[in-house]
Amino acid sequence: MMGKVIEEEKRQLSDYIKHYRPKQILRDRIMESIIFLGGLSAVIFTIGIFLFVIKEAWPFLSSRFSLMEFLTNIEWYPVSNVSVRYGAKALFVGTAAVTIGSMVLAIPVGIGTAIFISEFCGPKFKEVAKILIELLASIPSVVWGFIAVMVMNPFIINVLHEPVGLNVFNASIILALMSIPMIVSIGEDALRSVPDTYREAAESLGATRLEVVIRVIIPAAKNGLIAAILLGVGRAVGETMAVLMATGHSVAIPDSIFSPVRTLTATVAAEMGEAPKGSEHYQTLFTIGLSLLLITFSINFISDILLRKSWKRK
Amino acid sequence: MKKFLFLNPIVFLMFFLLFGCFGLKKSPEDFLIIQNKGSDTLVNLAQVWAENYGRINSKVAISVSGGGSGTGIAALINNQVDIANSSRSIKEEESKKAEQNSGKKVTEYVVALDALSVFVHPSNPLQGLSRTELACIFGSEGNCDNWSQIRNTVVPGCKNNKIIRVSRMSNSGTYQYFLERVIGKKKDMRLGSMDLNGSKESIDLVQNTPCAIGYTGMGYINDHIKALCVTWDEGGPCIPPTLENAMNKTYPITRELFMYTLGEAEGEVKKYLEWIKGIDATKLVIKMGYIPSPAYWSIEDVNRLKAQTQGQKL
Amino acid sequence: MSSFKSTELLKSKVSKQKWVESILLVTTFALFIPVAAIFLILLIKGYPAINLNFIFAGPSNGMTEGGIFPAIVGTFWLIFLSLFFTCPLGILAALYLNEYARDNTFTRIINLAIINLAGVPSIVYSLFGLGAFVLFLKMGTSILSASLTLSVMNLPVIITSTRESLLAVPKSFREACWNVGASKWQTLWYVVLPNSLPGILTGVIFSVSRAAGETAAILFTGVAFYLPFLPESIFDQCMALSMHLYTISTQVVGVPESYTFGTALVLIGLVLIVNTLSIVVRSYYRSHRKW
Repeated sequence: MMGKVIEEEKRQLSDYIKHYRPKQILRDRIMESIIFLGGLSAVIFTIGIFLFVIKEAWPFLSSRFSLMEFLTNIEWYPVSNVSVRYGAKALFVGTAAVTIGSMVLAIPVGIGTAIFISEFCGPKFKEVAKILIELLASIPSVVWGFIAVMVMNPFIINVLHEPVGLNVFNASIILALMSIPMIVSIGEDALRSVPDTYREAAESLGATRLEVVIRVIIPAAKNGLIAAILLGVGRAVGETMAVLMATGHSVAIPDSIFSPVRTLTATVAAEMGEAPKGSEHYQTLFTIGLSLLLITFSINFISDILLRKSWKRK
Repeated sequence: MKKFLFLNPIVFLMFFLLFGCFGLKKSPEDFLIIQNKGSDTLVNLAQVWAENYGRINSKVAISVSGGGSGTGIAALINNQVDIANSSRSIKEEESKKAEQNSGKKVTEYVVALDALSVFVHPSNPLQGLSRTELACIFGSEGNCDNWSQIRNTVVPGCKNNKIIRVSRMSNSGTYQYFLERVIGKKKDMRLGSMDLNGSKESIDLVQNTPCAIGYTGMGYINDHIKALCVTWDEGGPCIPPTLENAMNKTYPITRELFMYTLGEAEGEVKKYLEWIKGIDATKLVIKMGYIPSPAYWSIEDVNRLKAQTQGQKL
Repeated sequence: MSSFKSTELLKSKVSKQKWVESILLVTTFALFIPVAAIFLILLIKGYPAINLNFIFAGPSNGMTEGGIFPAIVGTFWLIFLSLFFTCPLGILAALYLNEYARDNTFTRIINLAIINLAGVPSIVYSLFGLGAFVLFLKMGTSILSASLTLSVMNLPVIITSTRESLLAVPKSFREACWNVGASKWQTLWYVVLPNSLPGILTGVIFSVSRAAGETAAILFTGVAFYLPFLPESIFDQCMALSMHLYTISTQVVGVPESYTFGTALVLIGLVLIVNTLSIVVRSYYRSHRKW
């Protein structure tokens, strides 16, 4: 009886080793390579984005393009019967203006909110606040643009008595509201990653909550907070539809926060549809796309390094 | 997995919606798609035509997209569309290119006229402008930045009396026509204007902004803005943008709107183009604020049709 | 505490803290006022437009009347097709990073690539889609190109959320599974993935809302101004809610205000419903976790 069972088990085991095990291993190998390819996809797409943007911009980059003209000339005449000029200075300045404007608002509010929900408020409020911030983050950018045109625009004209409602100010507020969720969530992560032992040690020395936050938590989470701000900046630089609708689209160096400007992203969005494929104008727009890509890539790269540093300590 | 069963109804609902849509479509054998693309000036009219034509001829569906005259003609050259809409006549090199690509000559159809009117906020006391004044405001060689430079105008409600120029994106047919016709063939527009994407945006902006001046297709003028008459030659009469003036070409900023096909139109495309010449389509032209082509219609006809269409729904 | 004397210094510190705390509370609330205001305005101005005809009819009278059905349908096409491409790819990538990858330079490059993808501006995605799918792969401006572009854009979202939920599955689950002779893939398939499914679902739902609201990325890749018919294959163009909102609020003259607000309300309603769903799934899952 006993021997039979053992025989049976032995048979099953050899069956497993002979037939089942190789199949199992084979399937594992196949799946592993498929999964590896999946893992590679992000790299492939990143390289692909660079490649295709450069490929389409290349004929212009390799011939007529002059970095001096591109960066320092204000004359953006992509279509002209006199002479085409591709000076993107005003576009870079426009992007910088709305980004700085939005950050003036978004950094204090975003970091303040992150500190508040991470350090001061109770768990219930925290849960609710985080959900609300998530909802804020989910509003599509075209809806923000719509709000800029339909709500902010008349507000600026009628209440602030400025002649034009579509300007740096309008776009900055909209962009601030769009980038705050990102600053809050990454900033909150950074603050949370400061070990509780830090807080306990400081409090046991008699520091108040505020002192703990200012003297201990913020310095400890500094890198993460800077990364949060940088990613917010990246978001503001790359935003398209909202600024397309809110900035007023004027190729000019702004002389006040109520001047209309034009950004890099909005220029691409507005002009690409009408630029004949393969024309110089089309290639120039791809060149703008490339500069956007480089800007956001360096922002992401730096913030990644900062975040990595702040994780390491944890 | 049981606990996620509650999601099933939602998933079902989504699939139901998606497949419900499959049920609604017409089957492909039933109808022919006519691709129609190009000028943003013509796109609204083309869309109304397409909509109405679809109602009387269920065999044909006409897809309409905008993007500008250049885009439409480029698509025609690449043989991607059946009909290209354009608000400028095709350039010689473009028609040559199209002939090279397809072996067919490009055929031109004048489908309507469009008059550009210059318009301001109703509180602006000006009734008319001369061509030189327009060039001074919009042209790159002009220097009119303040309303006081134009006949010492003071615009009530306008801060600093500053002129806010509302223009269009540089690829739009409206922009190019205005530039070539009013400013000059070998001239540029002055930078710093608000270059908006659509007629609606320009009109919305001007009706909210006392300082502003813009230009748009005559069809879009509404009661909230004031269209100006235009003095073309020094000392000449100031001609208001009206239907009569546009049809007998006394209004100086009038242009023809074209549809282009590769070779002579055939089959359903030809039927569609014939229908466009007909009375139903012409009523729509009037209703939309464009001007019927004088090649097929006299002013008396148009006035009669206009009386008929008054108060009628499209 | 009673043994400590409350000194003047401590008092001033405490009152200072109270001040800062209330300022922070105000900034936090200040954040929600505009949000609430936006929803209210959209609701008040858009609600009158919404009825069955608005949802289930096509635009008519030069897009100034009628409904937005083709736009809704187009948006659903884009959502489903883009999910079809991203989900498998994103989950595979997350599996690789979480279960297979070693801590080396290559893994760091993948991570950097994901972070970079998450930060690429949507208009650059559109350029990429135009260059790669529309022109190079000759798919033309079609639903296919647009949803491929959207799926590349959503890839980092799915990867990140899947990784988080894979991380949450305890190591002991995997070890127990290996001990009974399961292979690595069997462990993943029968134990790890089912247990992390809700978390993955959260990410998927979130990417649905991104796909629904995105405009710039589909601008040059597959949306049309007006289509009198519904798309029938992935090679057709389509209308999309987000694009429709952009066109009627900037380009079409004579659209009644309620119509544009109604469209905005439908769009944001769709996005919010989907997002709330993802939040509900997540919190349900957190409170019913097996471990």
